[in-house]
Amino acid sequence: MRSWEEDPLLRAEHLTMRFGGLTAVDDVSFAVGRHDITALIGPNGAGKTTVFNCITGFYKPTEGMIELRQPDGQIFRLEQLDDHDINARARVARTFQNIRLFQGMTVLENLMVAQHNVLMRASGLTVGAILGLGGFRQAEKDAVDFARYWLDRVNLTARADEPAGELPYGDQRRLEIARAMCTRPLLLCLDEPAAGLNARESDALNELLYSIRKQDDIAILLIEHDMSVVMRISDHVVVLDYGRLIADGTTAEARNDPRVIAAYLGVPDEELPVVEREVGL
Amino acid sequence: MAEPGTSFGQRLGPALLDSLLAAIIAFALFSLLLGLRMVDKVTGLTLQPRPVLLAVAVGIVFCGRLLLNLFVWHAEYPLTAPFAKLFTRAPFERRDLIVLGATLLVATLMFLFSLVIIDSAAFELVAASVFIFLGIGLVRRIIVQFFPDLPYGRIFTVGGIAFAVLFPICAYLLEKTFRLGLPLRYLLDLSILVLTYVMLGWGLNVVVGLAGLLDLGYVAFYAVGAYTFALLATHFGLGFWICLPIAGAAAALWGIILGFPVLRLRGDYLAIVTLAFGEIVRIVLLNWTEVTNGPNGVSGIPKPTFFGLPFAPSGDGTFSSFFGLKYDPLQGIIFLYYVILALAFITNLVTLKLRRLPIGRAWEALREDQIACRSLGINTTITKLTAFAIGAMFGGLAGSFFATRQGFISPESFTFIESAIILAIVVLGGMGSQLGVAIAAIVMVGGFEALRHTEGLQSIFGEGFDPALYRMLLFGIAMVGIMVWRPRGIIGSRSPSIVLDEARPIGGGLVREGRA
Amino acid sequence: MAYFLQQLINGIALGSIYGLIAIGYTMVYGIIGMINFAHGDIFMVGAFIALILFLALLSLGVTMIPLALLIVLLLAMVLTAVWGWTVERIAYRPLRESFRLAPLITAIGMSIVLQNFIQVAQGARVKPLQPVVTGGYTLFTEGDFAVNLSNIQILIVVTTLVLMTVFWLIITRTALGRSQRACEQDRLMAALSGVNVDRTISLTFVLGAALAAVAGLLYLLYYGVIDFYIGFVAGIKAFTAAVFGGIGSLPGAMLGGLIIGLIETFWSAYFTIEYKDVAAFSMLAIVLIFFPTGLLGRPEVEKV
Repeated sequence: MRSWEEDPLLRAEHLTMRFGGLTAVDDVSFAVGRHDITALIGPNGAGKTTVFNCITGFYKPTEGMIELRQPDGQIFRLEQLDDHDINARARVARTFQNIRLFQGMTVLENLMVAQHNVLMRASGLTVGAILGLGGFRQAEKDAVDFARYWLDRVNLTARADEPAGELPYGDQRRLEIARAMCTRPLLLCLDEPAAGLNARESDALNELLYSIRKQDDIAILLIEHDMSVVMRISDHVVVLDYGRLIADGTTAEARNDPRVIAAYLGVPDEELPVVEREVGL
Repeated sequence: MAEPGTSFGQRLGPALLDSLLAAIIAFALFSLLLGLRMVDKVTGLTLQPRPVLLAVAVGIVFCGRLLLNLFVWHAEYPLTAPFAKLFTRAPFERRDLIVLGATLLVATLMFLFSLVIIDSAAFELVAASVFIFLGIGLVRRIIVQFFPDLPYGRIFTVGGIAFAVLFPICAYLLEKTFRLGLPLRYLLDLSILVLTYVMLGWGLNVVVGLAGLLDLGYVAFYAVGAYTFALLATHFGLGFWICLPIAGAAAALWGIILGFPVLRLRGDYLAIVTLAFGEIVRIVLLNWTEVTNGPNGVSGIPKPTFFGLPFAPSGDGTFSSFFGLKYDPLQGIIFLYYVILALAFITNLVTLKLRRLPIGRAWEALREDQIACRSLGINTTITKLTAFAIGAMFGGLAGSFFATRQGFISPESFTFIESAIILAIVVLGGMGSQLGVAIAAIVMVGGFEALRHTEGLQSIFGEGFDPALYRMLLFGIAMVGIMVWRPRGIIGSRSPSIVLDEARPIGGGLVREGRA
Repeated sequence: MAYFLQQLINGIALGSIYGLIAIGYTMVYGIIGMINFAHGDIFMVGAFIALILFLALLSLGVTMIPLALLIVLLLAMVLTAVWGWTVERIAYRPLRESFRLAPLITAIGMSIVLQNFIQVAQGARVKPLQPVVTGGYTLFTEGDFAVNLSNIQILIVVTTLVLMTVFWLIITRTALGRSQRACEQDRLMAALSGVNVDRTISLTFVLGAALAAVAGLLYLLYYGVIDFYIGFVAGIKAFTAAVFGGIGSLPGAMLGGLIIGLIETFWSAYFTIEYKDVAAFSMLAIVLIFFPTGLLGRPEVEKV
């Protein structure tokens, strides 16, 4: 039994998603370890983002179930929750392939919006705060401190009062991660976080992700195309191709799996029969 | 089209051609609709040709376009530049001064010419506008020149508030002491009207400007507030101050009832449904005669009292008798002015406060990106509903004020055009900007009302000219003009709701407008 | 049964007019994603142009009705199209790449301008036209209730059908239609592939206005009176129809127009005439709750 199968944070079973006649995800099952960085990889159109959208509630899967078990033993069936509850109650946060920051709001405001539910309760559903009751002031101060902590972590403190839309691309990526972290998640889902980053930014991102796993002990599930990132930081790799699961194992296993190589690199015509035999087609 | 830098002669040809084309199009547009007028005769409609009017209209288009082509568009030195420069800090060049000086000279000559020889109000009106425009620009330049670093935004705001608070009392006292013959009654009525629209604009701003929900039926809540108060007052004899919160709550409730099923619709679908609701409310008010008295409306709506003291000419326990003043109908109007001023201030303060609370930030986040909001655990339906309900509540409060001020309401007052005007105020002001909305309300509503009293225009267009008819036409033209001139509104930037070190305004180009 | 059939005929005639106007809304929405609020008033301008042309032809002594109709139809289409073009050029093109609400406000502004221009230029009183197309057929009688199909109703439905067919061919078969669909998909990409975006959008307004002119003419012939305010009411109805059918979809606009026309007619016939608009608008709200993008609209896939 693999480490991520013993006490998984998230378990997807027989996940299937159809759009009309198209089956984007076909009977996919995998687990996400509580202390792991899990990479979801596969060629373009393999169904990775669809799996993500099912987990984070933007799609309702056609079949299958997604179960999240919190450390206190509470179990959430994500396919039955509303999308905002997946973040608010099941505590799954995500970023987007094409960054979705609140561009006209400042960096700090972005991080404050992420703490909406905490602040909303502290503000006594707004009424208390207007009347000056309760500990809203303190809660707001704590929220700013928490935001500042994450700004420090992603190295954006100096730009806290700039509109998010004016940040350079790499900073926007990191800010989106910080914003997701400000919702205090148990599982952080990152959709191609390294896309469009240069080598240096990519390294910094690796470090950040590593520290999130190590220091904050938060599980990460990421979609990534950049194999160097995947191989360096992930503990566990799940490979999809044409909506099906074709490999599920450690990085080393995935690297050597002929099906993965075939799916990724394609194979020259003359070697095709050999590979097909190996793959078992 | 000629490139900048070409000589005048080179530009003349294309400019003439372009203007000719414009004139041909104008002829096509106006030939039937302006050139022929349908007149009722016993035998039915007949056509009456108006060739002169048509020629004038086409001529104006041709000449206007030619002048613009030659001296403004594509010109190396646009003649409008010095006027725009008046409102910047850029240094003047010599030719700027020549243009400004020449304009001033022409205006002065026109004024003198009219004063001494032809006595035309139209000439004087034009000249006076030029004087006022140049005067404001010059004074502004001079102040900025000498005090470049004053916090003008704050001075403007504080000054505006101080003026709004002091104006009626000061004007009243001045009038009573010196008998200046100010049209005080008219000025107060106009100010009350403007303030009502300021309040409505601020209320709608919560929905459109902050939450980014396009609401084309805002007038429905205005109507709900007005009718709630009117009916409670006339049927149960309740007073304004008791009904005010009830009317606000009723409007908010309607906001929730109407909002709940439709708020998951996107953008323009939401817009059309809100428009439909606005119309439904009006039609119901018009036809539910047993309750609303239909098209005849509700009359005899009481005025608000001053802590229980009515404004009445005689009797015990009235405002004037209690304070030992001589009764004056203006007292009641001044009181109404302060009531709407207070209501507008409350709207503003609550909105400003909410912007700094999580709910307000969530509204703005919703405007920026709904999907991201959902990924952050924000319940978008409830967040939208609160924005809708609070906007509706302010509309309802304004509505009951409207009812008490008019003393009479009918469905006529709650047509789509009202919604459109309020929305125009919000967008023209700059979405989300409270100051911008106030300025837009003053410019649009104040300017619109002022047109009613421009006798000067009569001398241009002849005795049969009714400015009220042209008012709406000019209003529409102004709406288009301002929007094309400043698509982001008068104040297009956004100020952050929370700051770590230093607040910097955010350019309007970044702020979204809530597409989804 | 006879009563029902009569209402059906009336409803289809009214719905056809709404459908013709709705196409203008839906096309403009499809291509630039804005609600062209002034479109209803373009319809009204079309009706006024048609009326003035009729009067002019009468005073010139043209009494052959089919000839007069044809001249009025063509001229009104051309002149109204110029109005449509001008409105786009003045109020929408300068705002093409800006803030989404700006053109909505200029559209409302233009609507106010057109209404008041007509009011100022032609007076506020209703303008009657004596019946031009008269006569009809009695389909059958049931008891003492006769089901009538008037010539004007035939004219309305036939004109609408012909125009819809022509229009459908333009959209699906011609280069203009291709450019239009390209601009709908991605304006920038269309421009990069050599589509003249400005001209395509202008032509869309021209076509929409021409159809609105036809609707204006038919309205004038059907009801016999017009005033400067008809554009607002008909415009809202037609826009409702466009949304009902699924905005951006041409068959949807026609279908929506027919449904709104039928709802209105049947509600007036069987319930209360005062609440016919409430019925139409409530239907709209209900339909949108269950089909958030209208009956034939493409379901919006949420791109995450």
